[in-house]
Amino acid sequence: MSLASRIREPSPGAWRRLWSLWPGLLLLAGCTGSEPRADLVIINGPDPETLDPALGTGLEDLRVIGALFEGLARNDPVTALPIPGLAESWEVSPDGRVYTFHLRDHLWWSPGQPITANDVIYSWRRVLDPRTASEYAGQLFYIKNGEAYNSGKIQDPSLIGAQALDARTVRVELNHPTAFFLDLCAFQTLAVVPRHFIEKYGEDWMRTRPLPTSGPYLLQQWRLNDKIRLVKNPFYWDAAHTRSAVVDCLPISAPNTALNLYQTGGADIIWDRDNIPNELMDVLSRRPDYHTFPYQGTYFLRCNTTHPPFNDSRVRQALALAIDKHRLVEKILRGGEPVADHLVPDGTAHYLPATGLGYDPPRARRLLAQAGYPGGKGFPHCNYLFDSASGGEKIHEKVAVELKQMWRDQLGIQVDLKQMEKQAYQVAQNHFDYDISRSTWIGDYNDPNTFLDLFRSDNGNNRTGWKNAAYDAYMEDANRQVDLTRRAALLREAETILVSEEAPIIPIYFYVGFTYYNPARIKGIYPNLLDDHPLNAVWKTGLGKD
Amino acid sequence: MYFLKRILFLVPLLVLISFLAFVLVHALPGGPFDRERAPASPDIERHLLAKYHLDEPILKQYGRYLNGLLHGDFGPSMKYRNHSVSDIIAAGLPVSLSLGALAFCFAMGVGLPLGFFTAVHKGHWQDYLGSLAAAVGICVPSLVLGPLLIMLLAIKWRWFPVALWASPWHAVLPTLTLGLYFAGRVARLMHEGMLATLHSEFITTARAKGLSETSILLKHAFRLAVLPVLSYSGPMLADLLTGTFVVENLFQIPGLGVFTVNSSLNADYTMVVGLVLLYAVLLLVLNLAVDFTHCLLDPRVRYD
Repeated sequence: MSLASRIREPSPGAWRRLWSLWPGLLLLAGCTGSEPRADLVIINGPDPETLDPALGTGLEDLRVIGALFEGLARNDPVTALPIPGLAESWEVSPDGRVYTFHLRDHLWWSPGQPITANDVIYSWRRVLDPRTASEYAGQLFYIKNGEAYNSGKIQDPSLIGAQALDARTVRVELNHPTAFFLDLCAFQTLAVVPRHFIEKYGEDWMRTRPLPTSGPYLLQQWRLNDKIRLVKNPFYWDAAHTRSAVVDCLPISAPNTALNLYQTGGADIIWDRDNIPNELMDVLSRRPDYHTFPYQGTYFLRCNTTHPPFNDSRVRQALALAIDKHRLVEKILRGGEPVADHLVPDGTAHYLPATGLGYDPPRARRLLAQAGYPGGKGFPHCNYLFDSASGGEKIHEKVAVELKQMWRDQLGIQVDLKQMEKQAYQVAQNHFDYDISRSTWIGDYNDPNTFLDLFRSDNGNNRTGWKNAAYDAYMEDANRQVDLTRRAALLREAETILVSEEAPIIPIYFYVGFTYYNPARIKGIYPNLLDDHPLNAVWKTGLGKD
Repeated sequence: MYFLKRILFLVPLLVLISFLAFVLVHALPGGPFDRERAPASPDIERHLLAKYHLDEPILKQYGRYLNGLLHGDFGPSMKYRNHSVSDIIAAGLPVSLSLGALAFCFAMGVGLPLGFFTAVHKGHWQDYLGSLAAAVGICVPSLVLGPLLIMLLAIKWRWFPVALWASPWHAVLPTLTLGLYFAGRVARLMHEGMLATLHSEFITTARAKGLSETSILLKHAFRLAVLPVLSYSGPMLADLLTGTFVVENLFQIPGLGVFTVNSSLNADYTMVVGLVLLYAVLLLVLNLAVDFTHCLLDPRVRYD
């Protein structure tokens, strides 16, 4: 007789109930059941916040959204430059302000209704509609009256400069010639969503199945914090070139867990540096699975120029010149990141970046002395604000400690380190409640404007208090140019003011794209500046299907 | 009567808790839409705040929230914009509950016999060995135990999956990681309870009456000795059901633990308040259940 059955006697019922829970619980624990493994399992990073093209902002959102919904253009898997998507061709007027798109014949929503020019117009109006509350509505402000409609200045959506001329033709009128408008057409915010479905299900449309999609995949399953399962969309116009039939995107919050899964065959690809344990970087970077390439992101510092001593450009230049960036990337990052002396990453389309301030401690000391602080004497105590990096990595903290030491040794100034949680850090930055602050910017599209636009006086992302009329004028002028060479020259003038003459920001290093996969098994991933790897082009060999 | 009163008292208590949670989380610096990347115009931010009624006075927002609660609606999540808080809880709670309950069963299933056994063999090698095992269980935190188990059992020997939540096999390592500490605690409590009981007069009386040793231990001593464990089991179950963040994170389990921590970091207001309420209900109900069971097990306990 077992112990359990004997002790039933003194307390009838209670124990029996407890023990009888066992089989039920085991059943419950296993209730999600085992499914067949997908053809491709990808570790996508944090859980996507949304899969609605109008609402998505994070990289992990946009990657999945791109597989579900397509816009007039899409990104080439190799170069990440815009190529025809739902539109098969387009014409641009000589002044660069009017685009006419021609949709493909036979475009279908996944259950079979036709995709028309009206769906495109509906999708864009929806992004601009204040009730949608799209954070990326700004991507459509380049279109005539886009911003006015979003802000409520005009109520009539038909005044927005995007019209359906017929079922297959879309005419778009822009405020200015916009060199990167096609890149925007390939961006997820401008993707085409199913009007009939959204009008029927309202806010619940993303949670209703089957979800009609315009892109290469259907959303079969979306369990929060568990997995997203995509299956091939047979109605997609280019379905013949969708390489993997079933793709799982796993949200993983701990980099070690991601690596464990990869090592035991539970995942085929790890996207992003944040999902690879930084402490193992030395080991991992020597493996053939490790792929790194230039990427459109910059790690930089913002200076709060609204109060002394940081309102003096000589002080800001001195801070920049005293930083040994090579030491930072070699000692802390160890992932092959190039140092940055300018804001716009090298290799950005139609551009040649400006020359910034390098590493020159004697000059830094001279500038600081000229500003009235020889040897750092009389320099007020100031703080350096940074946030906790995602995934529990301590990169920001390590960079902060190094910077503090460099500024103390080279310039004789004392900097207090101030770490905050992400949301609090954003608020502090927005309210100028900092002296120097760590920052990151990731480009949305392959054009210098996605970086340089930030530091115009009226941009909400400026957050340095720096206002410069000459900079604004150069930017304004550049964005009116149709001639790309002339435009590049003007942008370069602007960037020179930003990173060399005035230095309200101090670029530190450029991010590099990271993917971790076995090159012998996984095909279709190409290095490109946007780190964009359309899922329909990626596949795994040896599944008996290739 | 006493229990009825306590149940009725739960309602105002929960309202108070929801109010405090609501006000406190709104007082945190930073809102759900403060991001590295500010929207292209202040209007966009205005629309976002209007959509989630964050532009209204806090009391009005709370009134709106309370009204939703009465209709069983916890509101939309501000971070996961396609999901409502009820959705997220409905998806994550069964997972967290299963994991917590499995760990609870493991803790009881290992802890009780171990404590009983070591107490009966007090002073012998069985006692030292068993007590040592219990002490190790208590001392090794799940943050250390989890990776060790993964390294040995999942990566080296490939007995169990390294992470995820798809089959009963996936539940083994998380259950061990989560339950071992509690198994140690239960063993210690059972051990002490057993020793104290064995020294009491009614046991001496029972021995004098010539009852068999097995009967004394199991029928008489166990029943009283298990009371400290029972008192502990309420908070323990609550801990197991709510404190699974480390384990869920480590094994990438789609429960609520991850949301509990991240929702406040993300300033996902509705999510925080929803989870606080959920855990408050869990804790209050569990405590009530423990007191009730006390009544059943120990004839000396009376509430009126």
